[in-house]
Amino acid sequence: MSPILTARDVTKTFGVQPALRGVDLDLHEGEIVAVRGRSGCGKSTLLHCLSGIIRPDGGQVHFRGERLDDTGEAHRSELRRTRFGVLLQHGHLVAELTAAENVALPLLLGGGSRRAALAAAATWLGRLGVAEAAEQIPGRLSGGQSQRVALARAMVTQPEVLFADEPTGALDSLAGELVMQLLTRVAREQGTAVVVVTHDATIAAYAERELVLRDGAVDPTGLGVAVGTGA
Amino acid sequence: MSASYVLLGLLARGPMHGYELKHAYDQRLPRAKPLAFGQVYSTLGRLERDGLVTQAGQDQAGGPERTTFAITGEGRAALEAWLSDVEAPAPYVTSALLSKVVVALLVADPARATEYLSAQQQAHTTRMRELTRLKSDQDLTVGDHIAVDYALTHLDADLRWLQSALHRVADLHREVRS
Ligand SMILES: Nc1ncnc2c1ncn2[C@@H]1O[C@H](COP(=O)(O)OP(=O)(O)O)[C@@H](O)[C@H]1O
Ligand SMILES: [Mg+2]
Repeated sequence: MSPILTARDVTKTFGVQPALRGVDLDLHEGEIVAVRGRSGCGKSTLLHCLSGIIRPDGGQVHFRGERLDDTGEAHRSELRRTRFGVLLQHGHLVAELTAAENVALPLLLGGGSRRAALAAAATWLGRLGVAEAAEQIPGRLSGGQSQRVALARAMVTQPEVLFADEPTGALDSLAGELVMQLLTRVAREQGTAVVVVTHDATIAAYAERELVLRDGAVDPTGLGVAVGTGA
Repeated sequence: MSASYVLLGLLARGPMHGYELKHAYDQRLPRAKPLAFGQVYSTLGRLERDGLVTQAGQDQAGGPERTTFAITGEGRAALEAWLSDVEAPAPYVTSALLSKVVVALLVADPARATEYLSAQQQAHTTRMRELTRLKSDQDLTVGDHIAVDYALTHLDADLRWLQSALHRVADLHREVRS
């Protein structure tokens, strides 16, 4: 089966600092892939290029055969809203809205009715075990609850790809475990492919395979550092 | 041996047959090295000889697997003493992993070292994935979870240590060259 998302020789430089130096990645339907490597190796930059948040300087990114890297922001943001889900380290929930309204937001922005959007939000909050948080504002939620609400918001549009950047980075280990278990369970149930960025081996272990970056390039040894050469 | 204390701990909750004990043991420590029936009876024999357990009757059916054992006062005291005795943190690190990584990083040529370290990391990662998959199993008991966490945490510690060793050596080379 052909991959749904591909990166070919993707490069990105900030100023004079190369962040990505020719990365290839094939993401298949429903697959869960971890991207690992030490801080600053380019994990987040890769995720941003894959999800169309930024445009790479060189190389190509294709989603279901459509080229992403040279399309305009309007189209990329439409894709992000309808076919991709994004989960970051801190949920970035809208502080003034209730959890249910936060989850309903992507559907409302897509032009859905308020009633249908809130019903879908309630379903997702229930699936992720935070139904009781529905009417709370984010400030009243624990870290683990917030991340589950953010996960509900990322999944409510039934995305084809979920991009998660250090999704448990701010949680204690049991709360993080719960978020990862729920994330992988709902992704498998929905057939959503996942790219999860993490520096943590216990989180990467939820994926089916991993890609290790070293200084902006894929490290085939998986070690993330050159052995004994100082590179 | 800690298996005998686990049996004493189980008996502290009430008398049991050897057969029940074996199952209770496997249930509480599901990912530990399984306890053979023979080992249950030989351990019970030793505990009885030492006065830590006593025979508390036979079921109708009879036979050795139907003998009920109960913990004695001395047994409770022994269990209490064992629990109060803090495990000494290992004074020396002894592990084949340590030896191999040291040889790989400090003695072997870089290509050979990379090959071994990469394969070792891969093996650890694969095992961590298997254990993580087990954790998502809905029917896991608390005992299962605790034992799987124990294994996962130790594998993760190995990997973290391996990473810092790799970076220390890389930094050292960088300093030497500059
Ligand atoms: N917006 C930016 N402006 C300048 N430099 C950046 C920017 N984003 C990332 N970088 C740099 O690019 C490199 C890779 O960063 P990043 O992808 O965030 O790494 P990671 O997520 O693996 O920690 C780093 O050296 C970082 O400082
Ligand atoms: Mg990052």
